[in-house]
Amino acid sequence: MSRVSAAAADAWKDRRRFLLSWFALPFSLIAALLLGAVMMLALGANPITGYNALIVGAFDGSYALGSTAVKAAPLLLVAVGICVAFRANVFNIGGEGQLAMGGLASSATALALPSLPSIELIPLVLLAGAAGGAVWGAIPGAFKAYFNVNEILSTIMLNLVAVQIMNWLLAGPMVDNTQNSTYGLIPETRLLPRTSWLPILIPNTQLHLGVLIAVIVAVGVWVLLYRTSFGFRIQAVGLSRDASKYAGMPVKRTMTLAMTISGAMCGLAGALLVFGSISHRMVTDGSLTGFTGSDGFNGIVVALFGALNPLWTILSAFLFGGLLVGGDALQVATGVPADMVTALEGLVVVFVVSLEYMRRRSRATSAGPLGRSRAQATELEAPATSLVTSEERSDL
Amino acid sequence: MSQFFTYAILTATVASALGLAAPFLLAALGETMGQRSGVINLGVDGIMLLSAFSTYYTALKTGNLLFAILVGMGTGALMGVITAFISVTLKAEQGISGIGVYLFGLGFSDLMFIKLVGTPLPINSLNPINIPLLDRIPAVGGMLFKQTILVYVAFLLVPVVTFVLNRTTFGMKIRAAGENPAAADSVGVNVARIRWSTVLIGCTLAGLAGAALLLYDGIFQENLTQSEGFIAVALVYFGAWRPTGVMGGSVLYGLAIAVVLEWKSLGIIPLSASDLAATAPAVITILALLTVARRFRQPAALGKPYERGG
Repeated sequence: MSRVSAAAADAWKDRRRFLLSWFALPFSLIAALLLGAVMMLALGANPITGYNALIVGAFDGSYALGSTAVKAAPLLLVAVGICVAFRANVFNIGGEGQLAMGGLASSATALALPSLPSIELIPLVLLAGAAGGAVWGAIPGAFKAYFNVNEILSTIMLNLVAVQIMNWLLAGPMVDNTQNSTYGLIPETRLLPRTSWLPILIPNTQLHLGVLIAVIVAVGVWVLLYRTSFGFRIQAVGLSRDASKYAGMPVKRTMTLAMTISGAMCGLAGALLVFGSISHRMVTDGSLTGFTGSDGFNGIVVALFGALNPLWTILSAFLFGGLLVGGDALQVATGVPADMVTALEGLVVVFVVSLEYMRRRSRATSAGPLGRSRAQATELEAPATSLVTSEERSDL
Repeated sequence: MSQFFTYAILTATVASALGLAAPFLLAALGETMGQRSGVINLGVDGIMLLSAFSTYYTALKTGNLLFAILVGMGTGALMGVITAFISVTLKAEQGISGIGVYLFGLGFSDLMFIKLVGTPLPINSLNPINIPLLDRIPAVGGMLFKQTILVYVAFLLVPVVTFVLNRTTFGMKIRAAGENPAAADSVGVNVARIRWSTVLIGCTLAGLAGAALLLYDGIFQENLTQSEGFIAVALVYFGAWRPTGVMGGSVLYGLAIAVVLEWKSLGIIPLSASDLAATAPAVITILALLTVARRFRQPAALGKPYERGG
């Protein structure tokens, strides 16, 4: 090969690497949306009308933006939690159960302390929510760290336990006894004390304090992950348990803590779902999704799309919050059920992880030792997902 | 308590436990094939939802249950092509891509259900087939030999999968691909092809599991599976990657559900505590994962995409 064409090939590889690292995520979303358009066409709906309605419903005007931000807040917290766990090489898919436990703990706290002023009660219920989720995250974390129980399985099982605890508490000990219904009690709490409601920040919207809290927490977790020694330990453990152990780090404790933090984030999100809701009660329809709106799973999509970085995740949460809010407008405009958004989220995940391999390979094939080291140097800065490679996830 | 230990109720409980266990068993056997070759498929739940819907829709439109089951399996196989392409050809991170497939299945099945069906109508259920002579054995006959065809298929697949995995060349290649793909490759085993075929078989069985679940319930609804596909994946670990172990786990799980249901309706468990009692299967599974199951070693290359020279 001549020198010129080799240089051209190198330039192309560089460009492809650049494209893959910066555009893999937007491309995944666009590809999913295009497939969504095909689905709409197949169902006899006009995709332009549909997406137009979606965008207007999600982002047009202060009310829509407020609703999107309110939907995004719990998503953001769940996603930030996923980021922390993932950095420690633990995959938290127990968000649904942790959300429910957080919602229950915070509701119970508010019901027990109705006379406290807002300034004390709100921080207390949020902390209680975080604590409830933290417990539900710590259990699979400790099982994984100390007993090598696969966390994917234990978190799924704990979701199943959480839903029953929720149904039991809301129909039994925590049920609203004051209902006068002839058909049995609805499984829901009393109206929570007014002092515990999250205050609305902008009048005539739903935008409440929880949105601000979620963003602050996301920034805080970014600082924790990237600017503290604890965050460094989490990342080190995630990259190599053996090397971290050799360096004298408390590997098992770090993994458990990462999962505990992850659970706490989900629990806090659960508290936002209750105290930022319109009804200001915790209600169950018997399923986890009824309470969470699948946020425990949606958060995974948000975290992936935010490149597992808490700051990018803020943007990503807003985007997916908009998709979920706009989905209802899409349903009204075209008759295509809002569930399409869930299906599209699944496609985004599939595309992101599939492109990840191409990205990895384009890095590996980059020319010469110089090229490789440059690729490794950019790896830390590139915003695209740097998923833990499969070699390291030995026990998945 | 004593009213539980009557002949009729014990028989009915065990019989319904086997019916409940069949979807778990079918999905878990398929997952076992995949995992023994080194591929984790976490999308089982989504695939079950999609195939349950396609089975339901076909049964509703044609009334032909056998054809509906075939359509359900076909849906599973189609998802298998997609899953294998993502996990084997594109070598994507299997845990996360599975969640993607799950979300797609969850959203898409409900989308189609609302759009194409709207108001849920029940469909005919499968008639139980009495095995001649065997069904007249006291107690055991009523428990084991008055089941639907899918239950028999599920349990007959246990020895079949065991035989394939342990006694055939194909099975040896599967195990090699799951334990040491580089070594398998070096002696001429096409690792990608083996994994493609196990994923295809696994997803087809997941499709059959979705059909079995749908026909057990007789009606479709949003999120019909309620995480049953994920439980099936857990049962593979529970059963230590052996078909007989997986069968034990599935039956135990089905039995736990059936007993709780029966005790609830008999009033042995007070209604107020029935939700708590319903956590029993999940708690048992967690305890099993904590104690027994972790003593067994998983396939060494589980979850690791294979790359030559890598």
